[in-house]
Amino acid sequence: MNNREKEQYLREYEVMKKKGKPFFPYAVMKDSVMACVVVGVIIFMSLYLGAEQGPKADPTTTTYVPRPEWYFFFLFELLRVIKPPELVPIATIGVPTIAMVLLLLLPFYDRNPERNPLKRPIASIAGIMTIIAMAFLTFLGANAGSPTDIEIDVAPEYEAGKLVAAQSGCLACHQFGENGNNGPGPKLTEIGARLNPAAIARSLEIGPGIMPSYATMAEDEPEKFRDLVAFLASLNGEEEASTGEVGVAGSGSVESSGGNPAVVEPDAGSSADGAGATTDSGATP
Amino acid sequence: MRRPPKPGHSNGNGDAPAALENGDAPSPVTDNPGKRLTTGAKDAPADLVGWVDERMGATSFLTAMLMRKVPKGTNWFYTLGSATLFAFVVQAITGVFLAMYYTPSPVEAYASITHLTNDVFLGEFVRGMHKWGASVMVILVFVHMARTFFFGAYKYPRELNWVIGVVLLILTMVMGFTGYLLPFDQRSYWATIVGVNINGTGPIVGPYLSDFLRAGPEFGATTLSRFYAIHMLLVPGAIIAMIGAHLYLVVKMGTTAPPWMRADLKPKDARREPVEAIADGSANGASENGNAS
Ligand code: HEM
Repeated sequence: MNNREKEQYLREYEVMKKKGKPFFPYAVMKDSVMACVVVGVIIFMSLYLGAEQGPKADPTTTTYVPRPEWYFFFLFELLRVIKPPELVPIATIGVPTIAMVLLLLLPFYDRNPERNPLKRPIASIAGIMTIIAMAFLTFLGANAGSPTDIEIDVAPEYEAGKLVAAQSGCLACHQFGENGNNGPGPKLTEIGARLNPAAIARSLEIGPGIMPSYATMAEDEPEKFRDLVAFLASLNGEEEASTGEVGVAGSGSVESSGGNPAVVEPDAGSSADGAGATTDSGATP
Repeated sequence: MRRPPKPGHSNGNGDAPAALENGDAPSPVTDNPGKRLTTGAKDAPADLVGWVDERMGATSFLTAMLMRKVPKGTNWFYTLGSATLFAFVVQAITGVFLAMYYTPSPVEAYASITHLTNDVFLGEFVRGMHKWGASVMVILVFVHMARTFFFGAYKYPRELNWVIGVVLLILTMVMGFTGYLLPFDQRSYWATIVGVNINGTGPIVGPYLSDFLRAGPEFGATTLSRFYAIHMLLVPGAIIAMIGAHLYLVVKMGTTAPPWMRADLKPKDARREPVEAIADGSANGASENGNAS
């Protein structure tokens, strides 16, 4: 807006204001009605939806579903839309930060003096697209299941580990065969072909990237932990087709996708890379 | 005879002392018995409002606040901001009652919530209000922001209020994040662990931020009390300060007229009519802007 446009705006505003009504009682009335509606809705929700209490937090347990409050679904879902692990920081921090900066600086780069939404199509369309995108991500988040069942067939000695995996919330972020959510974490259907058991155990203890650490399980319930690792190591994947693509994701997951590289032991990383490379070369010809 | 300056309105130019030097200091009590409830000092305070006002001078402020005009065309969309404010007030009030029963220690937190929910009179109701009120407030903040966006209300001269608004949006989301851990059930615990880990993936400050939130490299005993302090002291304080600034600017600048309504200025009017003020009662803001531009 240049100076002439600013003056023009102030003059017009002055006139609009002179033609207006006093805040009291007109605006106060509307605001009060709205306040009653707000309180009414909150009371209604409290009475009908209640405030249930889940089971007590237990750092040693293995049955939990890490789900954020619904109004964070759109952020959480970004992790699933942006899948490759080396891009995870972009999804977790990059996109939200850029969005926040764009939002904060909006008045400074949108310098169009026009205010009517119908006469500034770019701004209006961008706004509507943002709303649709956020609504869509929230919808995806609301529908993402919290499954607790893995249907892959495994040898009997791995059944115990399969149960642990099914009950440990892995499915909230990883896919096993047809079960679980595809992301934020990589598919684990053929994790055993990519990582050796030691590397798998290491990943579980570290909790690479945004994944929670399972170190407490390793300490308190070593047997369960061993079963889990054995089950994961046994997974070599029936569907050959996706091996190559997932190989990249696998090595990334151990390198903790840039999260805390310091905690990753060099041998875990290299063995992961080695395994990934082997699988790749096996699949290429 | 000059009236003494109003309390709190003395301009320091020495009206009253001048009168005193002349030796005929006006007695505020006896001089003007007929003029009750004027701007000067009054008789014995028969009415409480008058007594308070004499010592605060708030009526002129309140009158200016309430009688200020809102532009033609102001509609229901303009109630969203105050609805957000009201949702925040509900959160503050219910939060105080929750704080009376809540113990922010990993050992007792869960049990204190159970006690509050099951035993305390209306406990579950108040907790439900706080829980769902949070969702309502988040929705209202976003809808209010959408309103100001589509109405172009973030444009000159209200840019600063938009910026403050975005800070309020972030603070509101921080409230949601820190409050989610406090019930200390499985869902909240593990969601918060993942949430803090997500912070940790941020560049440069990320790891420090998650260490700060956790109060160390591990999720430990102080983590919960840290979240509690952030949730009920730090962020609410910041929100109240920011809402204060936000509302000050709303009153000072006035709310926008709906963008589809235009005042038709005849060119000669536009030339002659001076730009008075965007803010009611204060002649400085707008005319300075107008002249400077
Ligand atoms: C705790 C959160 C907030 C509260 C309590 C609040 C409160 C208010 C109130 C009472 C108004 C008066 C006009 C109206 O109701 O529409 C207002 C105006 C405004 N708010 Fe907010 N607000 C909040 C958050 C935000 C956010 C997130 C933004 C945008 C990023 C924002 C931007 C604005 C702007 C630009 C105006 C001026 C609107 C106009 O002049 O038409 N506010 N706010």
